[in-house]
Amino acid sequence: MNLNVPLTIALSKGRIFEQTLPLLAHAGIAPLDDPETSRKLILETTNQLVRFVIIRASDVPTYVEYGAADLGVAGKDVLLEHGGDGLYEPLDLGIARCRLMVAGRPNSPEPENRRLRIATKYVHSAERYFAAKGQQVEIIKLYGSMELAPLVGLADVIVDLVESGSTLKANGLVPLEHIADISSRLVVNKASWKMKHEAVTALLALLREAVN
Amino acid sequence: MTARNEERWLLPAGIEEVLPAEAQIVEALRRELLDLYASWGYELVFPPFIDYLESLLTGTGQDLDLQTFKLTDHQTGRLLGIRADMTPQVARIDAHHLRRETPTRLCYLGTVLHTRANGFASTRSPLQIGAEIYGHGGIESDIEILRLIVLTLRTAGIADSYLDLGHVGIYRGLARQANLNATQEHALFDALQRKAIPEIEALINDFGVTGAVADMLLALAELNGAEALTQAATVLKAAAAPVQAAVNELRRLADELNRWHPELSVHYDLAELRGYHYKTGAVFAAFVPGWGLEVVRGGRYDDIGRVFGRARPAVGFSTDLKSLLQHGRGLAARYQPQPSITAPWSTDPALHSAIAELRASGRRVIQTLPGALPNDAAGETQQLVLREGRWEVQAISKP
Repeated sequence: MNLNVPLTIALSKGRIFEQTLPLLAHAGIAPLDDPETSRKLILETTNQLVRFVIIRASDVPTYVEYGAADLGVAGKDVLLEHGGDGLYEPLDLGIARCRLMVAGRPNSPEPENRRLRIATKYVHSAERYFAAKGQQVEIIKLYGSMELAPLVGLADVIVDLVESGSTLKANGLVPLEHIADISSRLVVNKASWKMKHEAVTALLALLREAVN
Repeated sequence: MTARNEERWLLPAGIEEVLPAEAQIVEALRRELLDLYASWGYELVFPPFIDYLESLLTGTGQDLDLQTFKLTDHQTGRLLGIRADMTPQVARIDAHHLRRETPTRLCYLGTVLHTRANGFASTRSPLQIGAEIYGHGGIESDIEILRLIVLTLRTAGIADSYLDLGHVGIYRGLARQANLNATQEHALFDALQRKAIPEIEALINDFGVTGAVADMLLALAELNGAEALTQAATVLKAAAAPVQAAVNELRRLADELNRWHPELSVHYDLAELRGYHYKTGAVFAAFVPGWGLEVVRGGRYDDIGRVFGRARPAVGFSTDLKSLLQHGRGLAARYQPQPSITAPWSTDPALHSAIAELRASGRRVIQTLPGALPNDAAGETQQLVLREGRWEVQAISKP
């Protein structure tokens, strides 16, 4: 792909990075370093005008919204939490697929005389989901190991991403309710969309081709 | 949580002080812009800082409900709001107080207050400055406002901005053509604002919209860029008359703007619908590189005065003076204060008249107070000294 302007793409390490690479390869973009072995946070690519910044998944919308990166790849789960208003999300890359679910112990009764307590990293999504059901709940924000919360009595259920369900199973939990299907989206900074329109839409077209 | 004593200097989130060097520039830019608008015939108005909530939230204000700080008026028991946007207030001045038959041009400047910071522009108290034309419905008044936007950006030292043009009539017409109800129209609007094409597809499917109008709604998210108007001719071929009219209006606006400002980078975005709920025609915004929020926004909102007794065509723009400052280049150099003159403290009437004369001629004279050191921060390079019975200005020889 021939670009006329430099582009910075925000990616997070791990699954999203691995599954985005084949799509970017279709546009002739590949990193010169492997983020798993390199400690660099900015990776140059085979296209001189394109560089990757390697950041935490939940920071991708922030980097792109502020214009620190022109484009990024972010899970729909992260976008739902972020609000996503300040960004464009024109393409579902169909990668890193999973489901946002309510999970808990099988056949556990609803608590009496108090509200259902929910442990989650996805506070806004959980709030919206239960509000839409007309249910008042108490939400506890956790940063990881959600599965532990129902086991030690911190919460009744959890709201978390479920991929294969094996972590739930290993901890004696089962998926209870489906909230949303999750996959990764291409997100674009609003000003970059307008000012680097040609480059952004060309890359978008190639990625769309790769997805299909 | 109560603030501890030692934290009394803390300001509320999103509320900032403007310190001397910056305040100097804000003020100079404010004057230059208001002088510019005045030279185009825009009359300055000062709407009140606090107002009845109903007046603030009418028409254009609907979107602002959650953004407005509210309190109770103890005299009437009614709710008051601190303005989150001055546009509805200025519209009221035109519709209710001025009631002129001729076009009215008004400009305004003041602090507005928001309950939540807008996106990542962390301020909750922008210094809103703007200009509006009431009483003219043609694209000529749109052009005048666009030209003022360009001049405003230039005055603020922003050279590399992009203008973003759209028209709410396009989506509104397509939504009507597809028979969407208000809820559906809003849901699709929300997805369009994020150009979330997968969601747009799903929504169109859910609503049972099919055929040409479904294709057109879907294509709208991609109708942007320098060539969008050309593409619209084919992509929106099957659109109803109001949509065609909107596209044509935008095209005429683009041609006319190009005549005035051929150097301008213009980006068309037919799905850009900021202020959709009250705008009625063209919408514009200016962007600067690397900043995902518009620095100037505006457009046509012909119904704005209706609730104040008189619906007149209206078009205008506004911006945050402090954000202009943030993106402008070369302002500090342009508005550098001239060096001041230091004078000793004395009761000598001859010194007083010398000082008064200098001040009247526009110089800044600072009298050193008894027992105090001269004020280094004032950038003094000259001083008044008594020589042969006369007070004279002399360069300060720095060691």
